[in-house]
Amino acid sequence: MEERTPLASTPWLDPDARPFVRIEGLSKHFGDFKAVDAIDLDIYRAELFSILGASGSGKTTLLRMLAGLEAPTSGRIEIDGVDVTDAPPYERPLNIMFQSYALFPHMTVEQNVAYGLKKDRTPGPEIQRRVAEILDLVQLSSHARAKPSQISGGQSQRVALARALIKQPKVLLLDEPLAALDKKLREHTQFELVNIQDQLGVTFVVVTHDQEEAMTLSTRIAVMNEGRFTQIGTPNEIYEHPCNRFTADFVGKINLFEATVIGGGDAEVTLRCEALDCTITLPHAAPLAAGAAVSLAVRPEKIFLAKEPPRETDRTVLRGVVLDLGYFGGLSLYRIETGNGTVIEVSAQNRQRDARGPEWDDEVYLSWDASNTILLGE
Amino acid sequence: MSPEAAAERPRRRADPQAWLRRALALPYGWLLLFLLGPFLIVLKISLADPIVAQPPYTPLFEVAEDGARRLAASLDNYRFVLSDRLYLYTYLNSLKLAAISTLLCLLVGYPMAYGIARAHPARRNLLLMLVVLPFWISFLLRVYAWMGLLGTNGTINELLLWAGVINAPLKLLYTDTAVFLGMVYSYLPFMILPLYANLERLDPDLLEAAADLGSRPRQVFRDVTLPLSFPGVVAGCLLVFIPAMGEFVIPTLLGGPESLMIGRVLFEEFFANRDWPVAGADAVLLLAILLVPIGLFQYFEARREDET
Repeated sequence: MEERTPLASTPWLDPDARPFVRIEGLSKHFGDFKAVDAIDLDIYRAELFSILGASGSGKTTLLRMLAGLEAPTSGRIEIDGVDVTDAPPYERPLNIMFQSYALFPHMTVEQNVAYGLKKDRTPGPEIQRRVAEILDLVQLSSHARAKPSQISGGQSQRVALARALIKQPKVLLLDEPLAALDKKLREHTQFELVNIQDQLGVTFVVVTHDQEEAMTLSTRIAVMNEGRFTQIGTPNEIYEHPCNRFTADFVGKINLFEATVIGGGDAEVTLRCEALDCTITLPHAAPLAAGAAVSLAVRPEKIFLAKEPPRETDRTVLRGVVLDLGYFGGLSLYRIETGNGTVIEVSAQNRQRDARGPEWDDEVYLSWDASNTILLGE
Repeated sequence: MSPEAAAERPRRRADPQAWLRRALALPYGWLLLFLLGPFLIVLKISLADPIVAQPPYTPLFEVAEDGARRLAASLDNYRFVLSDRLYLYTYLNSLKLAAISTLLCLLVGYPMAYGIARAHPARRNLLLMLVVLPFWISFLLRVYAWMGLLGTNGTINELLLWAGVINAPLKLLYTDTAVFLGMVYSYLPFMILPLYANLERLDPDLLEAAADLGSRPRQVFRDVTLPLSFPGVVAGCLLVFIPAMGEFVIPTLLGGPESLMIGRVLFEEFFANRDWPVAGADAVLLLAILLVPIGLFQYFEARREDET
């Protein structure tokens, strides 16, 4: 706990950086079902890495294989240069924080936290010192003698965290760490988790279905679907530069439209989009064959909503009527139907207290900068 | 609430607890009538003197010559039972046999219950049914079957002789071993079922958490499974110990003359010696002894309720 290894700024971009956790061709099959399908992943020291996926995407199976609770069908797991693929859980240099917290109900908070050190035959005085230290870190010193049944959900979560951290694992695995907390507490705990991770410099691998959680916590996110990663990248890359329909659709709200390639040059491509009833030219590195089907995507907050047509001409402009609107306080979400029946979601910040935005059935103009249009293959 | 308001309340909003009270009244009434009633009769008999008459004991109230009633209770039977070495030995022997049987049931039953609880959910019901299956046959028949198996010319001896393992038949029947066999065989399900119910509820995450924190499987069992299954162990042990303590059929049919158990002595006092008052005192003392483990059980249950 004394030494702290800060995260090198962007080690995943450095070809010479040595990954701390290296997963190669890892698979887990249950009969014919491929829960995890030949996954490769490098995680760097002191990263806070999230695996984001819906339930059944295989993310929990992947985590359990890392912890040694599930034996892989094939592939390798290496942690800090040591192959742990076949090591039993009690010999792995990592600990897991369970979604259910899995606190031992017959032990006090203190005994729960000390459990891992006792198994290591750490001398008594040192156990006492380190338990006191970590209970202090998670602000639970006053509850040391309480049983898990006597403390709140948020406190249980911190006990589970302390218990998993006390052995100073090389990697801490967190299974849906915040899922059992209510919203207010979740937001607070998110930042607390990041702080603790930053203080201790432990590599965190978080499994979650909550994209907001993944976004705020992570250095990088791997989006998982049907046992495979659809994209690995920083939260910003995942959100602003999704590279396929699944990632774009899964992370955040997005409007997706079918389009067809009608021409283009070396660095750009021209598309015809029937849904938007327009022709768009976008920069694109790899040449696309004419006639190829692609998708266009625009995030709702990138679209500007106005009652008057915009003065700029270099924007994509559409006309429509308000089909539906939802008021969320800080922002409002509109569903706009264009002339040809396409429904587009737009979100707008409510910047003025008493300004009246568009109402149901109002005619409005949508516009967005072409650079905000995401081009997705497949 | 005023009476008018009470009268105005619609019928369907009647106290839902009333229904519950009625449902509880029946079993409690039953227990009161058929458990407490006979017990009071036994208690009364235990305070009387034996006489050659019908019924074979003196009435609780003597009618004096002047017609006045006088209480004629005495603790002589208790004094007799407690001072007689044979009785003392019988009680101790019953305790010993019941305790050993309970321990054997625990040693055999725990792994079975654990195995069933960890089996694939689809197979658990089948395994549980197999545990309960012997109950489909009369208890007495099953004990007689053990006589057939263990006798001098019984199946086991015949088999061993035929296989050449032994030259002369072993004395299996009418021994303490036979009693233990019979007891464990008969009472095992009472151990397995509460243990299973407990172990099945054990959160597998706890076991994985212990393993993740550095425990080998054996330590996981010692640190987590065993302490958390303690209520199941207590329940199972009591369910075996209490009936085993008063068991009468198994020691009578399978035990030797030396395996005196209180149930057997009670039976003989009652039917062979026709000394109902001493038998009554025996029964009351047996109950008093059993109150100790029952009290312990209640205590542990209450403490566990407090914790969860």
